[in-house]
Amino acid sequence: MLMDNIESILRSALGDAIVSVEEHNGQVAIEVMRDRITDVCRFLKEKLEFNYLSDLCGGDMLNFEDPSGRKAYLAIEHEHRPDRIPSTQRFMVIYQLTSFKNKQRLTLRVKVEGDNPVCPSVTSIYPAANWSEREAFDMFGINFEGHPDMRRIYMPEEFEYYPLRKDFPLMGIPGSIPLPRK
Amino acid sequence: MAVNRSDGNEGFITTKVDALFNWSLKNSLWPMPLGISCCAIEMMAFAGPRFDVARFGAEVFRFSPRQSDLLIVAGTVTYKMAKVVRKIYDQMPDPKWVISMGVCVSSGGMYRSYSVVQGIDQFVPVDVYVAGCPPRPESLLKALMVIQEKIKSGGKAIADPEHQKVLME
Repeated sequence: MLMDNIESILRSALGDAIVSVEEHNGQVAIEVMRDRITDVCRFLKEKLEFNYLSDLCGGDMLNFEDPSGRKAYLAIEHEHRPDRIPSTQRFMVIYQLTSFKNKQRLTLRVKVEGDNPVCPSVTSIYPAANWSEREAFDMFGINFEGHPDMRRIYMPEEFEYYPLRKDFPLMGIPGSIPLPRK
Repeated sequence: MAVNRSDGNEGFITTKVDALFNWSLKNSLWPMPLGISCCAIEMMAFAGPRFDVARFGAEVFRFSPRQSDLLIVAGTVTYKMAKVVRKIYDQMPDPKWVISMGVCVSSGGMYRSYSVVQGIDQFVPVDVYVAGCPPRPESLLKALMVIQEKIKSGGKAIADPEHQKVLME
């Protein structure tokens, strides 16, 4: 089976682009170096038949606890804290790939910096990523480099915040979206 | 106004022009169905044969605000949609009335979040709020009847508790 030795296949083909490989109940999730995500996607699509991007989403790991109990990056605290996961890992972009030919699914994860969230776009490989990346940009402020049309997709264009960030209040910033006059 | 009596003689009734005008207005409300989400399904039932709003003379659903005098806002209004709702309201000729159908429209309902307007009365005047998620078509008929009462009485009676009591009975 491909999934049993996918780690060795990927590591021999892409080397240090693969950070880690996890498996849970037969579902394989691979963490990829941010700057190599396009290479990994191209390899998976062209060589391993992962021809369909079923989903792409962002994630905010603020206050998220890792298995060792460390809390993730806090937006307010910029000073060095050994008990915190560094800010370079605040955001995540998660890719769900599907291979129709081999009937397999694969998850890719990329960690994105908190202070300057930038991630390479995979629209050149999977055109379906276009709107999903716009959604991740709209909700988390992750900038996808090389995206043909990096605009907000849901919120008004003049909106200044990123509503799915964990430090955004549920009810929003009062007055940030103007209402028509009564 | 002349009327034919059963005994063959002619009689007459008197009325005020306003009352006659309001009577005709209330029995031919033309709704603008602003079906934004699921409440629109109940609004369709309200227009359909089972609940049959034609009994109240309001069956002429106009899909142009310029030909309507009753705005039924049926569905969650987001901040992005608020401008559209207001624009449609502004395009309707006076006199006009607004039904806020369902809890989302009236107060944000279960959508207590940054994207949903917590009540459309923040940007358009509302005449009747209908509770429910979604409200039954009967509730919407009731709202229509309340608007009819409001028109009949020249827009004053709704604030009057005695009149409210009459309406509830």
